Amino acid sequence: MNLIIGIILFLSLAVVFLLFRSTEILSVAKKKIATSFEDSNNSFNAISGVVFMFLSFAVIFWYSYDQFENYFLPMASKHAPEVELLFWVTMAVTFTVFIITQVVMFYFGYRYRYKKERKAYFYPENHKLEIVWTVIPAIVLVGLIGWGLVKWNNIMGPPPKDAVVIEIMGYQFAWASRYPGPDNELGDANYKLIDVDNIVGIDFTDSSSLDDFMPREIHIPKGKPVLFKIKARDVIHSVYLPYMRSQMNAVPGMPTQMWFIPTKTTAEMREETGNENFNFEIVCNKICGRAHFSMKHTVIVEEEWEYIKWKNEQKSWIEKNPDYYANFVKNNSTDVAVLND
Amino acid sequence: MEITKTSTKPKVQEHDHHDDHHDQSFITKYIFSEDHKMIAKQFLITGIFWAIVGGAMSSLFRIQLGFPDMDLTALSPIIGNWLTPQGKIDPEVYLALITMHGTIMVFFVLTAGLSGTFSNFLIPLQIGARDMASGFMNMLSYWFFFLSSIVMFVSIFVEGGPASGGWTIYPPLSALPQAVSGSGMGMTLWLVSMALFIVSALLGSLNYITTVINLRTEGMTFFRMPLTIWAFLVTAILGVLSFPVLLSAALLLIMDRSFGTSFYLSDIYIAGEALSNQGGSAILFQHLFWFLGHPEVYIVILPSLGITSEIIATCSRKPIFGYRAMVYSIFGIGVLSFVVWAHHMFISGMNPFLGSVFTILTLIIAVPSAVKAFNYIATLWRGNIVFTPAMLFSIGLVSFFISGGLTGLFLGNSVVDINLHDTYFVVAHFHIVMGSASFFGLFAGVYHWFPKMFGRMMNRTLGYFHFWVTFIGAYLVFFPLHYIGIAGFPRRYYSFTNFETGRIESFIDLNTFVSFAAIITFIAQFVFLFNFFYSMYRGRKAPKNPWNSNTIEWTTPREPGHGNWPGAIPKVERWPYDYSKPGSDKDYIPQHIPLSKTPESNMPEDSSR
Repeated sequence: MNLIIGIILFLSLAVVFLLFRSTEILSVAKKKIATSFEDSNNSFNAISGVVFMFLSFAVIFWYSYDQFENYFLPMASKHAPEVELLFWVTMAVTFTVFIITQVVMFYFGYRYRYKKERKAYFYPENHKLEIVWTVIPAIVLVGLIGWGLVKWNNIMGPPPKDAVVIEIMGYQFAWASRYPGPDNELGDANYKLIDVDNIVGIDFTDSSSLDDFMPREIHIPKGKPVLFKIKARDVIHSVYLPYMRSQMNAVPGMPTQMWFIPTKTTAEMREETGNENFNFEIVCNKICGRAHFSMKHTVIVEEEWEYIKWKNEQKSWIEKNPDYYANFVKNNSTDVAVLND
Repeated sequence: MEITKTSTKPKVQEHDHHDDHHDQSFITKYIFSEDHKMIAKQFLITGIFWAIVGGAMSSLFRIQLGFPDMDLTALSPIIGNWLTPQGKIDPEVYLALITMHGTIMVFFVLTAGLSGTFSNFLIPLQIGARDMASGFMNMLSYWFFFLSSIVMFVSIFVEGGPASGGWTIYPPLSALPQAVSGSGMGMTLWLVSMALFIVSALLGSLNYITTVINLRTEGMTFFRMPLTIWAFLVTAILGVLSFPVLLSAALLLIMDRSFGTSFYLSDIYIAGEALSNQGGSAILFQHLFWFLGHPEVYIVILPSLGITSEIIATCSRKPIFGYRAMVYSIFGIGVLSFVVWAHHMFISGMNPFLGSVFTILTLIIAVPSAVKAFNYIATLWRGNIVFTPAMLFSIGLVSFFISGGLTGLFLGNSVVDINLHDTYFVVAHFHIVMGSASFFGLFAGVYHWFPKMFGRMMNRTLGYFHFWVTFIGAYLVFFPLHYIGIAGFPRRYYSFTNFETGRIESFIDLNTFVSFAAIITFIAQFVFLFNFFYSMYRGRKAPKNPWNSNTIEWTTPREPGHGNWPGAIPKVERWPYDYSKPGSDKDYIPQHIPLSKTPESNMPEDSSR
C-alpha cells in the first residue's frame, strides 16, 4: 500500500516537472515573450471557467434535490417552521443571486477573453447603475431583517406563564436536569454545595428544593411551552436541539434560558423517520474539552397525559439519597430547622 | 575631504542619494534588513512556512473526520505521541489541531503573511516612496512577528500540547488547565505569542498609515492611489484600532490564569473543587475578543480585495468600474466592521435586544460588500480579458467572495442563526468568504508581483494547474459543508459516531469525500511552492512591465535597489486606471505620463481624476 502511494506520488511529481520543463523550453524555443498576452491558454481558461460553472451547478442541483431528506431535518417545535420559512426564503434569494452573478461573471470571462484586434470599452463609472445595485440589495436586506427580527423577538421573548420549567446544567461532559417537583418551584442551588452526589449543588435549606427531582432523561410534554433554565458548572457549553431549531449557550456564572413548544412526540418521530431507536438529544455545541463530541442527553417528548403520569412517578432527590440529606441536615441543622418550622 | 566632496555635489543629487550603491553585509541585507522589499519577502516566506504547517494540520484532522478508522501508526515518526495506542489521533490533540490551524491561518498567514507582505512591498512602490516612513520600526515589526512565530511554534511541542480551546479561546475553557490539558503551558505560550504578534501588527500598521499619508510622491493625490493602497490603508487603521482590544482581553485572561483575578470566571466547580472566583463574566471576554475578531476578518479580506481590484482592472484592460464607489465601500466596510462584532454571540446568552441591534448592523455591511462584487463583474464586462494566473485567482476570489458572502445573510440574521450557530454551516461560510477568498488574493498577488519581487517570471502552465486544482478543490472541500451544517452537525467534533443515533450514516461518504479533496488540494500547493522557489532562481527574466500595468511600481528597474528608483521618483500625472482609453493607440497609459503627452485621448473628466 505504502509502495503504491509512493509510486503514485513520484509519478505525479515527475509529470508536474515534465510539464514545467517542456513549457519553459517551448516558450524559449518559440522566442515568445514570457508575458505575451496572446496565449493559447487564454481560451482554455475562459472555457474551463464556464464548464466548471455548469458542472458545479449540475452537481449542486442534483445533490440538493437527491439528498434533501438527509440534510433537512424534520421540524419538531412550533417555531421551527417559521424559522425554516425564513431560512428557505433567504435561500431562494441568495441562490438566485449566486446563480446570476456566477453565470454573468464566467460568461463575461469567456465572451470578453483577450483578442488582439479588440480594444476594451473604457467605462469607468455609471452612477445610476451603482445606485441601483446599492439600493436593491438594501431593500431586500431590510425585508429579511424586518422579518427576522419579528420572529427573533417572539422566540427569544419572555416565555408563557404556564411553561413547564426545567433546569438544565452542563458540565464536563454530560448534562443534568432538575424538575421543580409538585410545588412547581425550583429550589435554590449554590455551586459551593456541589459534590460527587449533589452534582448541581442543590441547597436544601430552601424548602422548595426538598421535592425537586433529577431524572436520568428529560421528559417534556408535547404541545406545552417548555422553559429550560440553563446553567453551566465548569466551562461554556451549549444546549442545542437541532429538531427544535433551538439553541442557547450554558455559561458558568450567568444563567440563561430558552423556551419552545414541542410539536412531535418521540414516538411520532420514530414513525416519521422510520428509525425505531430515534431519540431527541441535547447535544453540546460549544467546544468544552476532550469529550465535547459525545456530550449529549436524551430528551423524551410525550403526550401530556403520559408526561403527567411520568412526573408523578418520580421520586424527589432526597428520597433517593436519604443518607445524603440526613448528613446535610446534621451539618446545617439550625438553618433547616428554622425553615421547617 | 568629506565636506568638500559633498559640497561639490549639486543639490539635486543629494536628494537622490539612494541610488548610491551601499555595500551591505549579508546580515543587514537579508536578516536585519530595513528595506521594505526585503521585509516583505521575509513576511512572505514566514507566511508560507506557516501556511504549510496550518495546512498540514488541517490534513491531519480531516483524516480523523473522513477516515475515522484509519490506523495512523505509519505517521508516528512525525506525530508520535499525538496518537492513541490504536493509532488514532487523540481527542485533545484533535482540538489542539483545530485551534492551532485557526490561529495560524487567521493571524500568521492571512494577517502577517498577507498584509505584511503586500502592504510592505506595494505601499512605497505604488505611492512613489523610497521606503517606509520608519525602516527601523518596520524591521522591528518583522522581528516581533518572528519572535511570536517562534513562541507559537514552540508551544506545539510543550508538555500538555498547544492551546486547544478553539482559536477564539473562550474562557473558562482557556483559563483553567483542569478543563483541558492544552490550557496549561500551551495556552500561556499562545497568549505570549499573541501579545508579541499584536506588537508586530501595531508597528507595521502605524508605519503603513504614516507612509501612505505622508510619503506620497508629487501628484499622487488620495484619489489617484491604486485601490490596493486604499485597502492597505483601511486595513492598517482597523488593525491599530482593534488589536489593542485583543491585547487587553489577553492581559485580563493572563491575570485570571496566573494571578487569581476573576474578570471572566464566576461560580465554577471543576475537578472536584469549587473555585473561589466570583463576579466575573465569561461573556465579557467574548465581547472583547470579537471587538478585534470581527474587524480581523476584514483585516484578512480587505488586502485581498485591494489586490484583486488592481489585477482585475489590469488584466481586463479596463478601468476598475466605479473607483470612488470602491473606495467608499472599503471605508464603509471598515467603519461598519467595528459595530457588528456581537453577531458572533447571538446565542451566547446576551440580551436578545442586543441581538436585534447587531442583526441590523450586520446586514447593513452586506451592502458595501455587494457593491464591490457587482463592480468587479462590471469591470469584466466588455473588457479584453487576459487570463494570467493572477487574474484567474482574482476571479476565483470574486467567486468565493460572492458564494461565501451570501451565506452570511443566513448567519447574520439572528433568528436563522439560532439553528446554524456553531454548525458546519459556519465553517463553510467563513472558510469560503474569508479563508479561500483571502488565500486567493494572496496567490494572485504573488503571481502578479513576483516579477517585481524577484525580477523573474513564474511558470504560467504550473500557475494554471495550481489555480484549477485549488479552485475546484476549495469548492469541493467547503461547499459540501453547507449541507452538513444545515443538517445540524456541530463543529469542533472529534467524531460523529456518538452523535444522535442513526444520523451520521448520511454523511460518512460526504465527509470522506471532503477529506479526500482537502488532502489533494493541500498536496497541490506544493506545485506552487516548487514554481515559487524554482522561478526565484531559474525563472525567465522578467521585462520591466510584464503586465502592461499603469501603476508606478513598474517604472522601477527590473530589480529595484535600495531606494526603489535610481533617479528621481516619477511624478504622478493621472489616476491609475487609464486602460484602453479611446483615442490612445496603446491600451494603457501609465500614471507618470502627463496629460500633455496624450492629447489624443484626453477627456474632460481627466482633470478631476
